[in-house]
Amino acid sequence: MPVKADAVGKSYPETTYEVGKEKIGEYARAVGEDNPVYFDRKQATEAGFRDVPAPPMFAVVYSAASVAPGIFDPAVGINFPMMVHGSQEFVWGEPVCSGDVITTRTTVKDITERGGMGFYVFESVSVNQDGQEVVRGTWTNIVRGV
Amino acid sequence: MEVDLKVTPDRFLPHRYAGASGDFNPIHIDAEFAKQVGLSGNILHGLYTMAQVARAGTAAAGGDPRSLRRLSVQFRGMGFPEQEITVTGSVKEERDGVVVVATEAEQGGNRIIRNAELELERR
Repeated sequence: MPVKADAVGKSYPETTYEVGKEKIGEYARAVGEDNPVYFDRKQATEAGFRDVPAPPMFAVVYSAASVAPGIFDPAVGINFPMMVHGSQEFVWGEPVCSGDVITTRTTVKDITERGGMGFYVFESVSVNQDGQEVVRGTWTNIVRGV
Repeated sequence: MEVDLKVTPDRFLPHRYAGASGDFNPIHIDAEFAKQVGLSGNILHGLYTMAQVARAGTAAAGGDPRSLRRLSVQFRGMGFPEQEITVTGSVKEERDGVVVVATEAEQGGNRIIRNAELELERR
């Protein structure tokens, strides 16, 4: 069954996420980030941040929920049990800090087929409460046996 | 700029990462489930391993999270808890204070992240 590319360009409703200081600390500890700016407001502001910053890869915490509806959209047509996360890119902008409200919108960027595998590419764009872009994510999911 | 990081995720790391990230896929936290789908045990979250590449990059650039401008990775092969992961990189180019580092993450001879590229700003 060939892949359908009709959904390319489709986007999904925005998701919002309010960033909390203790969630940043929990994430930082889980991934082994030990820079005190991730835990201590005083050290964060002395280092020039508006508040305690999130480690860059915290991007998955506030943006992954935005990608999920596309993965399960029948118009995209991903066979979920056969899906693996093939590649990932993030391009970072303004740092995300505790207290920020992050809004993310995801678009279907590309659907192609190579060698019997489907490549489903989603782009998520996340902005903060001031409209500044904080991260742009490119999520490539590979489905075997399309 | 030297990208070089070694880390051994402990047995319960996938559970802590699941809680921190919100990804509770049983393949990461339930060894019995993982065995039922043909794996030798529960596997690390790929995005956890990507976070180790990000951490190696920012550490190499002096530790400031603002130094990490871009990271792209390919997930190849699966990582497991209780085995050491090694992240290494070599500088590809440097232009206008931005360093591009070709990076990979290896575990037990298996390159679990390949063709990764870090873009780091000297600060």
